[in-house]
Amino acid sequence: MGMTMTQKILAAHAGLESVTAGQLINARLDMTLANDITGPVSINEFDGAGFDSVFDKSRISLVMDHFTPNKDIKSAEQCKKCRAFAKRFDIDNFYDVGDMGIEHALLPEKGLVVPGDVVIGADSHTCTYGALGAFSTGVGSTDLAAGMATGQAWFKVPEALRFNLTGALQEGVSGKDVILHIIGMIGVDGALYRSMEFTGPGVSSLSMDDRLCICNMAIEAGGKNGIFPVDEVTKAFVEERTDRDYTAFAADEDAEYVAVYDIDLSAIRPTVAFPHLPENTKTIDEVGNIPIDQVVIGSCTNGRLSDMKAAAEILAGKHIAPGVRGIIIPATQQIYKDCIKAGYIDIFIDAGCVVSTPTCGPCLGGHMGILASGERCVATTNRNFVGRMGAVDSEIYLASPQVAAASALAGRIAGPERSE
Amino acid sequence: MKANGTVHKYGNNIDTDVIIPARYLNTQDHAELASHCMVDIDADFVGRVKEGDIMVGGENFGCGSSREHAPIAIKASGISCVIAATFARIFYRNAINIGLPILECPEASKGIEAGDEVAVDFDSGVITNVTKGETYQAQPFPPFIQKIIRSGGLMNSIKGGK
Repeated sequence: MGMTMTQKILAAHAGLESVTAGQLINARLDMTLANDITGPVSINEFDGAGFDSVFDKSRISLVMDHFTPNKDIKSAEQCKKCRAFAKRFDIDNFYDVGDMGIEHALLPEKGLVVPGDVVIGADSHTCTYGALGAFSTGVGSTDLAAGMATGQAWFKVPEALRFNLTGALQEGVSGKDVILHIIGMIGVDGALYRSMEFTGPGVSSLSMDDRLCICNMAIEAGGKNGIFPVDEVTKAFVEERTDRDYTAFAADEDAEYVAVYDIDLSAIRPTVAFPHLPENTKTIDEVGNIPIDQVVIGSCTNGRLSDMKAAAEILAGKHIAPGVRGIIIPATQQIYKDCIKAGYIDIFIDAGCVVSTPTCGPCLGGHMGILASGERCVATTNRNFVGRMGAVDSEIYLASPQVAAASALAGRIAGPERSE
Repeated sequence: MKANGTVHKYGNNIDTDVIIPARYLNTQDHAELASHCMVDIDADFVGRVKEGDIMVGGENFGCGSSREHAPIAIKASGISCVIAATFARIFYRNAINIGLPILECPEASKGIEAGDEVAVDFDSGVITNVTKGETYQAQPFPPFIQKIIRSGGLMNSIKGGK
């Protein structure tokens, strides 16, 4: 029986000819990742178990992105702990304030993940790197501590769902709408324990930013990983950023899938996830009149340059509605610089928005845009759980940068077409 | 290994943001994390929970963020075991890795109500609802995972294998 793309990568990293779904394996890790929230817990576990060396200082990334620049003394202590660990083991990829970005935008940008890699990160959105044709999944801090110490992790080989993409996205529709549409279709546990493999003739029309966004939210369907095949778009993206050799794995023709879903990209409409689950989706045509208090454009899901561009094109020469707070967060320093060069920052500020240094900040209710009781926010982030961005009775509506920008102008949830 | 206690019951898709909101993730102190456990959906939980109590959820328990602070907060609050119809995969790994006993059992998740007295036998996987006089059979862990649990968690397990 053939293997899925994910199974092939796992087999190769376990030193096995083949693997089957359900098999427990130990796999070699190409990259391990933690941030300023999960890192300190990992370091405690690492130290507590008495380890005195890391498996490979070039294969550990520590990114200070969640509560940074530090919002309070306790958060500062957490970064201090990570900083000391990075210094102690001379960690190559320690990113502190000044050169850090949001981890899942930063690692691909720095060329730290290549096709065929196996990556674990103590952050659930580590599944983002499947866009590059890598197996990449989120774990907890203890798994990560073990990974940093041994360079290995255990996995149960997953079954897979196949998403056969055809057609191409319409103007104003993006990868965010694709993944929200899929989560709305299969539910927040629709891919539980499983791979989400995106294939088909529609793949070539999707930009790398779209693919990163789609894989980023695989976890929001319960998925173990999301993964795209390696094509010219992938090769161009990776080869521009690193000289590392890589292997482009491909699923076997006779690979077995639990289910196959046909997705016509041209039929997808701008999509919004209503409170309090990412599966509560409606198309922009069905949203009704929902007045809003805040818009956040950023995060590991939608803080990339194409997201900034999409927002800037809608906000150019206009001003956001009275009573709406617009918060825009380019995900990395490079993206921030590119936004300055392209004139986007001027557009955002002239439109009445604030532009923040890279941080996960408001997405998880950390800082930089917390919601008061009863407030509503359209956010390009990834979760709209109860209390995620602030008060327990605040509301988060997940959407694309296009919808978020158009909503900021309208003062209510609105699609990019209606902003004209 | 056995557990018995009073049940705190929750629904489907209990996410790690409600188990321990991110605004409290600026600490790694177990007792401090426990003092905020479940606050956004059950503000009385912390005052009500007793050592040995049992938490029961529905489907996809522990979905969302990978924060290990979630099972840590539950364990440090005194909960001896979490039973759910299904668990989100990262929470499942994390609970095993830190030594919080969990059991997947859709029948128990359905049959057990808040306040029921429940006894759990981890060796047999039998869950007894003392209040209702019902028993449910949970899925046993695969041997690989049993080994991690017997070692006292993942770090001890890999240290032992060195």
